[in-house]
Amino acid sequence: MGNVPTTVKHCLSYEQLLENCPWLRRWLQEEKTIKAHEYPDFVKIVEVGPRDGLQNEKEIVPTGVKIQLIDMLSGTGLSVIEATSFVSSKWVPQMSDHTEVLRGIQRAPNVRYPVLTPNMQGFQDAVAAGATEVAVFGSASETFSRKNINCSVDESMLRFKEVITLAKGQHIPVRGYVSCALGCPHEGHIDPSKVAQVAKSLYEMGCYEISLGDTIGVGTPGSMCEMMQTVMKEVPVSALAVHCHDTYGQALPNILTALQMGVRVVDSAVAGLGGCPYAQGSTGNVSTEDVLYMLHGMGIETGVNLAKVVEAGDFICNFLCRKTNSKVAQASSKTL
Amino acid sequence: SLNKIKTLVRSHVGGLFGHIATIKAHEYPDFVKIVEVGPRDGLQNEKEIVPTGVKIQLIDMLSGTGLSVIEATSFVSSKWVPQMSDHTEVLRGIQRAPNVRYPVLTPNMQGFQDAVAAGATEVAVFGSASETFSRKNINCSVDESMLRFKEVITLAKGQHIPVRGYVSCALGCPHEGHIDPSKVAQVAKSLYEMGCYEISLGDTIGVGTPGSMCEMMQTVMKEVPVSALAVHCHDTYGQALPNILTALQMGVRVVDSAVAGLGGCPYAQGSTGNVSTEDVLYMLHGMGIETGVNLAKVVEAGDFICNFLCRKTNSKVAQASSKTL
Repeated sequence: MGNVPTTVKHCLSYEQLLENCPWLRRWLQEEKTIKAHEYPDFVKIVEVGPRDGLQNEKEIVPTGVKIQLIDMLSGTGLSVIEATSFVSSKWVPQMSDHTEVLRGIQRAPNVRYPVLTPNMQGFQDAVAAGATEVAVFGSASETFSRKNINCSVDESMLRFKEVITLAKGQHIPVRGYVSCALGCPHEGHIDPSKVAQVAKSLYEMGCYEISLGDTIGVGTPGSMCEMMQTVMKEVPVSALAVHCHDTYGQALPNILTALQMGVRVVDSAVAGLGGCPYAQGSTGNVSTEDVLYMLHGMGIETGVNLAKVVEAGDFICNFLCRKTNSKVAQASSKTL
Repeated sequence: SLNKIKTLVRSHVGGLFGHIATIKAHEYPDFVKIVEVGPRDGLQNEKEIVPTGVKIQLIDMLSGTGLSVIEATSFVSSKWVPQMSDHTEVLRGIQRAPNVRYPVLTPNMQGFQDAVAAGATEVAVFGSASETFSRKNINCSVDESMLRFKEVITLAKGQHIPVRGYVSCALGCPHEGHIDPSKVAQVAKSLYEMGCYEISLGDTIGVGTPGSMCEMMQTVMKEVPVSALAVHCHDTYGQALPNILTALQMGVRVVDSAVAGLGGCPYAQGSTGNVSTEDVLYMLHGMGIETGVNLAKVVEAGDFICNFLCRKTNSKVAQASSKTL
């Protein structure tokens, strides 16, 4: 540090530094506006199609088809594929074959297959079925929590703490989700401080990564920025992911905003599987293909082969007898 | 030296507080002007011929939404673009709202004269950054097209009629593939220096991403002031909104869009073309950016034209709004 200015050596905080050196803010801003935005070299994609995607599809997909979808995705270069959910089949019939799916897939090396485990029972069933990574789902909205998982946010945190403690003991990593991060179908606006509070709780309990979900897709770069700024005061950005829904077409600009703020992990679903249960007929998850197209076009590596994801998307859409929600897949199949 | 100290301080402070740049919110404008191209660019790419009365009703509905610019029609030969063969009737038939401008496309002198005779008070010319696209689309080279436009612009200036310039294939060409940003800049500069008050840079086949948008904008902005630039993004690959966001971050204040995302892509059958005005408005308003446009009224206009065309809107906002439980 011999040739570093005295003010830097002696600063105790950024705020203190700015007080002593008002020119510093101008310098940093100046560089910022002229230079093109800093983007990462690499972004990790968390593929949630087989779980979050299929969970929101009306038609029950046979176990064999789910397994084939996951096996196809395993060959695309994706490093994380959320395979299924160990919830009660009463609540989510689509996921009632969770054990068969987890046991039936061919696990590719270098690919992780997290599964949702909302409670102790789900966690134990998941481990018995061979799960090596799990996820828990918190909510920034009290009403959504009560309607979705039948308990308050605080009560859900207690349940998750049990799961996380047990998981830690078995060296099983836990990912945390915060739903309604940019709005709630019941409460409307959600205060960013609530999102930060839930994210912080999950992180401090031991979740290695927190995925912030725009559950109803109402967010925009404005609300994304504000929410991220608040959450980043409590959780390091390196532990944050974004899970954007495309119900209002805002997913990609929201993801771009998050990347500009330092996020390096993006959730998406092949073919944009999964509608929005709160806006019938509308789309839900952002499609992996469209995210990849954007990232690759920006020179950001993902390790994922877009063409192979399009194939997997074609496969599942053919089965479901419907059009893909991915614009890239649509355009690629019909380019004259 | 001072620069050396600057670099050192930046790297150390930036390292110590790595999140500095990432915490500050981006600079966005207070206001963005929307140029509504649905009745022209949108309908031009619809297969079904829309009756004159329906076109007029659509434009009249849009005139009540707060939009300040609505591209009404195109004075091209009806042999080439049958959809626009009723250009004179449309321009004469619409109720012109105060504070709304109704530019029309005029690819050549004949078109310009017909447009003026029909009452046009603003016109637009369409250049291309791709030689092949120019030849296939308007049957002449880029340079030849510039000569035609110069004639139009000169005449327009003499009659105090503002001219808007478009540069198509700004981020890629269906025939040539990659387009060098310097070519885009060259065409934009020519149009600007000839007298176009605004140059709209068009991602004609929607292949652009924030990466190519940024590179292209940086190159064009060396030749044309950003205050005279607009972006015309197509959503064929779902990239329109992130591309528009990138352009806004670079200083662009004018965005072209089409109600209900009218108009497919002639180069990717069945795919979407124009970005929908509703989705652009939703994003801008959500960011606190004013547009003066009433989103709900645009959704109504979109519903009207989609009902007529018997098809779903391409706007996700309109879809979600109509079906929210």
